[in-house]
Amino acid sequence: MKILVCISNVPDTTSKINFTDGDTKFDTNGVQFVINPNDEFGLTRAMWFKEKQGTTVHIATVGEASVEPTMRKALAIGADEAIRVNAAPTDGFFVAEQLANIIKDGGYDLVIAGRESIDYNGGMVPGILATLLGMNFVNTCISLEVEGTTATAIREIDGGKETVQTSLPLVIGGQKGLVQESDLKIPNMRGIMMARKKTLTVVEPIEATVATKDAKFDKPMAKGAVKLVNSADELVDLLHNEAKVI
Amino acid sequence: MSVLVYTESENGKLKKSAYEVASYAKAVADQLGSSVTAISFNTENNDQLGTYGVSKVLNVTDDKLATFNALAYANSIAQAAKSENTQVIVVSSSTNSKFLAPILAAKLKAGYVPNVVAAPESTSPFSVKRTAFSNKGFAHTEITTDIKIVGVSNNAFGIMENQTTATVESYNADLSDADFAVKSIEIDKVAGQVTIADADIVVSGGRGLKGPENWGMIEELAEILGAATACSKPVSDMGWRPHGEHVGQTGKPVASNLYIAIGISGAIQHLAGVSASKTKVVINSDPEAPFFKAADYGIVGDAFEVVPQLIEKLKQFKAQNA
Ligand SMILES: Cc1cc2nc3c(=O)[nH]c(=O)nc-3n(C[C@H](O)[C@H](O)[C@H](O)COP(=O)(O)OP(=O)(O)OC[C@H]3O[C@@H](n4cnc5c(N)ncnc54)[C@H](O)[C@@H]3O)c2cc1C
Ligand SMILES: Cc1cc2nc3c(=O)[nH]c(=O)nc-3n(C[C@H](O)[C@H](O)[C@H](O)COP(=O)(O)OP(=O)(O)OC[C@H]3O[C@@H](n4cnc5c(N)ncnc54)[C@H](O)[C@@H]3O)c2cc1C
Repeated sequence: MKILVCISNVPDTTSKINFTDGDTKFDTNGVQFVINPNDEFGLTRAMWFKEKQGTTVHIATVGEASVEPTMRKALAIGADEAIRVNAAPTDGFFVAEQLANIIKDGGYDLVIAGRESIDYNGGMVPGILATLLGMNFVNTCISLEVEGTTATAIREIDGGKETVQTSLPLVIGGQKGLVQESDLKIPNMRGIMMARKKTLTVVEPIEATVATKDAKFDKPMAKGAVKLVNSADELVDLLHNEAKVI
Repeated sequence: MSVLVYTESENGKLKKSAYEVASYAKAVADQLGSSVTAISFNTENNDQLGTYGVSKVLNVTDDKLATFNALAYANSIAQAAKSENTQVIVVSSSTNSKFLAPILAAKLKAGYVPNVVAAPESTSPFSVKRTAFSNKGFAHTEITTDIKIVGVSNNAFGIMENQTTATVESYNADLSDADFAVKSIEIDKVAGQVTIADADIVVSGGRGLKGPENWGMIEELAEILGAATACSKPVSDMGWRPHGEHVGQTGKPVASNLYIAIGISGAIQHLAGVSASKTKVVINSDPEAPFFKAADYGIVGDAFEVVPQLIEKLKQFKAQNA
């Protein structure tokens, strides 16, 4: 089996979000970038397949050269090879078409992406690319087993979960649950040294659809101060008469 | 020309979110000078949609589609979009809608924007306001494709009445075996339970509750309010509560009318995921807890004293307002 893990390079979850250039761009100044948390679960699951079932694991990112440190981190965790599509990833459809293009001829049986990239929260790249390639697709995936060409997955649904069965080739939109939090791999020294020597291929983008454009950004309005109350009585009264939510 | 809205149902009845997305679709149709067609699957009370501005409903009645199947549903909606000459498709933010929307986008070569919080800011260019960076920002996003797909954030637009008469037609798309290549084996869901996605009110507990044995009062409070229960990440990591209850940036998003956080400090990742809720209440023994800065109402106090009092007061309130 050959696996591709799609890695989105995102601001660390503690980042303060600011915009620049007349609020038309995300301000990356002072922002620490990390592997998208959903992709970290997917990558760790891919490493499990590598250890238990002898699979090859590649990673791919659509991004400019500045994403390479995040990609090297994924290699240090244990991925075998990396592919970077050299383009600014400003739109989910565009990213999906770029990834589909490298998957098409790559002989991948399983593509592990995340349910959502925590920066722009599009939640669309895995679904679009699966559909473009005619591969099976399971979203919000919290468990995945593969035997031969049969895949059994559990997906989170509103209020519960659903077990589904399908066949390879398959794309999943993964999330927490794919592996235990405590099993997430942190790169060690040896991994980091080895990652430096692993192949990171840079490919140029193809002509692709751009379906959306973020013209302008803004931040939520500052919140008024909290109203501190002293009793449950007072709270019930405010929720009923002022907030009108009960 | 039409606006097509996917109206979801459960056990044959429209979900509340169906009325919200229908209301949204009507607002878009008014801006474009067109009308709203809804597509439902195996739904009995489609005529209700007329109240929210839907003039035509395509009801898919197919036993094979009794259980949600993303590809088969998306294919049905895509075919309906073509036959209805649709310009804009409106979907909700449910897990199922977020599953099928990207498939639909690829099939129709349509730009899809999720997490939209208001009616389009303009229709030419077609521009919508959506949340980004897990509610830490908003983007004003233009969709440049011929067909546009808008995912409406829960509770952001609201339900608006717009009396019309809906004609209901039965509709069946051409589906093949390939559309059912992902098969549902088992659904594990507690019947009748309010889900975090659909709840008007969410009651959430954190590490301050000390242990899973103390969740009785959280469940009781939720029951009185008709609320869903949720928790912070460490609470689900430690196995005190199921993973499905974990809310926040890396868990489920919450966009309820009322969010009550009990014994939760208000870490940035937690707040990011719940800040779309309209009214936030925090109960915490530490007045310095960061959640107080993000909340509308707060009680500084011991949850083990405050929550039982709140339950009592709410019981009295219910009795008076019943
Ligand atoms: C400087 C900069 C500016 C950007 N500006 C914008 C912008 O204005 N608007 C915007 O929408 N996006 C922007 N992006 C890109 C964003 O990070 C995403 O790569 C892309 O937009 C897809 O986002 P999404 O939210 O739709 O992804 P989702 O569909 O939510 O992502 C789901 C999964 O798809 C995979 N995936 C997503 N993106 C990539 C990728 N680039 N490479 C490999 N796999 C990926 C991951 O597995 C991820 O978990 C920018 C990126 C950079 C570096
Ligand atoms: C990459 C990443 C992603 C993350 N994603 C999420 C996420 O999606 N969701 C999430 O929740 N967290 C997330 N976290 C974790 C987050 O940083 C916090 O650690 C977590 O939210 C803290 O949970 P808590 O508030 O329950 O616990 P604590 O921070 O320990 O807070 C407990 C609170 O209870 C109060 N308390 C104690 N006793 C009482 C009492 N008797 N009565 C009332 N109050 C009491 C304390 O004053 C304290 O404020 C993430 C972290 C990382 C690094």
